[in-house]
Amino acid sequence: MSTKIKIKYKKKEIWLGFWLVLPAMLAIFITAFFPLLKTFWDSFFSFGLRPGILKRFIGFDNYVRLFHDARFMTSLWNTLIFTLISVTLEFILGLATALILNAKFALRGLVRAAILIPWAVPTSVSSQMWKWMYNDQYGIVAQILYKLGWLAPGTPILSEKWSSMMAIIAVDVWKTAPFMALLLLAGLQTIPSELYEAARIDGASGWKQFTKITLPILSPTIAVALIFRTLDALRVFDIFYIMNKSVETLAVYNRHILMDRAFTGAWFGYGSAISVVIFLIISIFAIIYMRSLNLKFE
Amino acid sequence: MLIFYIFPFYYAISSSITPNSELFSKSIKLFPKHPTFKNYILVFTERPFYKNILNSIIVAGATTILSLIFGSFAGYAVARLKMPGKVAIMSLILAVSMFPQVSILGALFQILRSMRLINTYQGLILPYIALNLPLTTWILHNFFKDIPVSIEESAAIDGCSKFMTLWRIIIPLSAPGLVTTGLLTFIAAWNEFLFALTFMQLPEKYTVPVAIAMFSGKTFYELPWGQLMAAAVIVTLPLVILVLIFQKKIVAGLTAGAVKG
Repeated sequence: MSTKIKIKYKKKEIWLGFWLVLPAMLAIFITAFFPLLKTFWDSFFSFGLRPGILKRFIGFDNYVRLFHDARFMTSLWNTLIFTLISVTLEFILGLATALILNAKFALRGLVRAAILIPWAVPTSVSSQMWKWMYNDQYGIVAQILYKLGWLAPGTPILSEKWSSMMAIIAVDVWKTAPFMALLLLAGLQTIPSELYEAARIDGASGWKQFTKITLPILSPTIAVALIFRTLDALRVFDIFYIMNKSVETLAVYNRHILMDRAFTGAWFGYGSAISVVIFLIISIFAIIYMRSLNLKFE
Repeated sequence: MLIFYIFPFYYAISSSITPNSELFSKSIKLFPKHPTFKNYILVFTERPFYKNILNSIIVAGATTILSLIFGSFAGYAVARLKMPGKVAIMSLILAVSMFPQVSILGALFQILRSMRLINTYQGLILPYIALNLPLTTWILHNFFKDIPVSIEESAAIDGCSKFMTLWRIIIPLSAPGLVTTGLLTFIAAWNEFLFALTFMQLPEKYTVPVAIAMFSGKTFYELPWGQLMAAAVIVTLPLVILVLIFQKKIVAGLTAGAVKG
């Protein structure tokens, strides 16, 4: 009798679970997994978005073409350079900020809130704010650089390849170092202060405390923060799209093919192949991320 | 370091209240000699900026509410119910957070176009829910797990069904978690750019980030920077207030998944 009730109860629970999970599952299948599969499928065809362009199967031709596309290779290279430099700088600045915020001082709470603001503001807003500061005629950053003699007066910062890459990296660092700092700060606050007291009694220097206590305990947090940021940096779109047209990343180039060119010619299949490649590059990093997080649900 | 973080905002505010004659002069100017609020008026009269703000409120608001409902349902099922396939469900949901948005952009555009959802709120809200579900489900799932089982058991003894327990007891108890997740979702939806740029193609349908990115003057070379900075200040201000009020909750939410390791 009692077992019967128990089984009935469980069945009911499974059904309830099914209905509870269903809306979320529908949402992610319709707007994430299905489009992803469709992108894979489309990448084997040659077609465009304008009606009248014949859709024909061409196998791996789109992927072969990628290797001969200089613009794709350049945007891949730009994305990697951007990711490497910006994530490194964000980490250094973020760690420095976190260490400062971990010390006790007046107004610490206010400072901690203040550094959240660059993170909270839309990227398009911060991009435009910085674009104005970089303006070659009237922008304050440009004028200071001219006065310091680092740039010839009138040099447009955002239209030369390297200077615009550096300028964009500066904006990204400004925007995301606070995020990094807060993640690292949360990690720092889990380190018991007794460890530092013991180290001081044993006569360990500040640097030694940092390398022997802080860094080892913080390293899992550092790993997660770095991978988090790397995934984000690899798919960067907003800043590059808004700030200039002279340096392109993978996402910017991909959107250009899919949304500008595909309406006039048979470019959509090729654009889908680029999408697949971006997905694969990021998946490699994502798998590392999943492993390092070691997810458990029970 | 604080100056580095704060200065761009200061410069935007100061530029927004500087008259054009001063703004477009070749000297370093840190504060206006004759401050004016003209730009703040022009930004609403010369362009459909109030409509853009309204669009963003509707899209981000609906996304937040629906993500919280879907996310708390799924999170509760995974955290508390005895059912098979929980790991698979959670993995599928979390996997979406790894998707590069641009990888599904083209296909999603085709799908939305065939459903006639381009230039509609639904066409943006639906993908936004999927983008935000990983975060909402994950954080709420962690919250539900920490609520003592005994509370649910006593509710069951009192004759409360599982669903009613979720609705009447678990969700109110998780209010702090809902606020945190809601804030993060709202900010994410408010700030999203790539989908908004692609799926909303009429200026009066633009959300705030797109409107600001597409800001244009009378001629191509003549951007009204003062007005643009005024617009930037207007949309930054509410976020600054939210951040100052809820900073502890936001930080807790941001670091939730990352620090436990």
